[in-house]
Amino acid sequence: MFRKEVPMCSMQNVAICMVIMALTTYLIRVIPIGFVRKKMENEWIQDFLFYIPFCVLSAMTFPDVLYSTTPTGATTPHFASAAIATMVAIVMAWKNRGLVRVALVAVLVAIIVELLLPVVF
Amino acid sequence: MNEFIRGIKKGFPICLGYIPVSFTFGLIAVKMGFNPLEATIISLTNMASAGQFAGIRLIEGGAPYIELVITTFVINLRYMLMSLSLSQKVAPEMPFYKRAIMAFCITDEVFALASMEKDDVNFPFFGGLMATPIFGWTLGTCLGAVASSLLSPMLQGCFGIALYCMFIAIIIPPARKGRKVAIAVIVSALLSCLFKYVPGINVLSKSGGGGWAIIISAILGAAICASIKEVKRFRRRNVQEGGAHV
Repeated sequence: MFRKEVPMCSMQNVAICMVIMALTTYLIRVIPIGFVRKKMENEWIQDFLFYIPFCVLSAMTFPDVLYSTTPTGATTPHFASAAIATMVAIVMAWKNRGLVRVALVAVLVAIIVELLLPVVF
Repeated sequence: MNEFIRGIKKGFPICLGYIPVSFTFGLIAVKMGFNPLEATIISLTNMASAGQFAGIRLIEGGAPYIELVITTFVINLRYMLMSLSLSQKVAPEMPFYKRAIMAFCITDEVFALASMEKDDVNFPFFGGLMATPIFGWTLGTCLGAVASSLLSPMLQGCFGIALYCMFIAIIIPPARKGRKVAIAVIVSALLSCLFKYVPGINVLSKSGGGGWAIIISAILGAAICASIKEVKRFRRRNVQEGGAHV
């Protein structure tokens, strides 16, 4: 099937690729927590580390979320469904709804918009 | 034991949230030519959403090993920052093997919940916290891989937003409560948009799956907010000292 047509990891072995991914990801995670034992005194660094997770998630989400509902192979991005679902998600998150509910409702909204758009226009 | 169960309870919503997201990963991986077992093993051994997506794209494209290492490293670099942050939230005397186990599941969501703990994070709590998300992430991938052929491209696309909306649900409530967190979130989002749309610097979001753009936006955003706080601390100290002299 697929594998015979496309040179998937042509020079290499998929299993080795999987080990490389797993190992790289784990080393990144284990080195800091495994070896940093000192409590840091510097208040700037403490603040910086406090803000990092929020900043990482925010930078990952915006603006990429607007492209997230575009099916693979589509020629133009499906902004409408993504934008409306994102706004719904932001409002729900603002009202402290849980992660699961926010994610699932957003998926539903995106599906509804995708279904309605061809009907409306 | 109590702490372990408290961790399970806190982690369970993440587990539920992971299922639709990893479901998407399973779908895409199988579409790319991986078999369901490979997709499931990748999820179990990586526990990384964006990193995994980028990784399978590279493997499919037949990229050399070194490119796989560098891309995985860059996209997952944020885990290094999270791990460093977490190293400040565990007891200094915690043994290496416990830290090594905890390290396995430092994901965006697990880290976010752990870092919002008031006190130091202990091992049983983190163990409980990571248990169900690992299960959910692996199970969802397996389900998605198996169901791959059943969904239309439109539905496959719509599930792609689940991951991002989980991120939104994590960052909005604290941003609503604390103005500085709100500033951090907005600054990073704006920087990330700049890296995507401004000609010249937008190469950053095109190479390596956008890992560099994310890292630079986040580091700048956090650095700006930490500096604002530093300036305020400095002023307050000056005012107090000034007051003492009068």
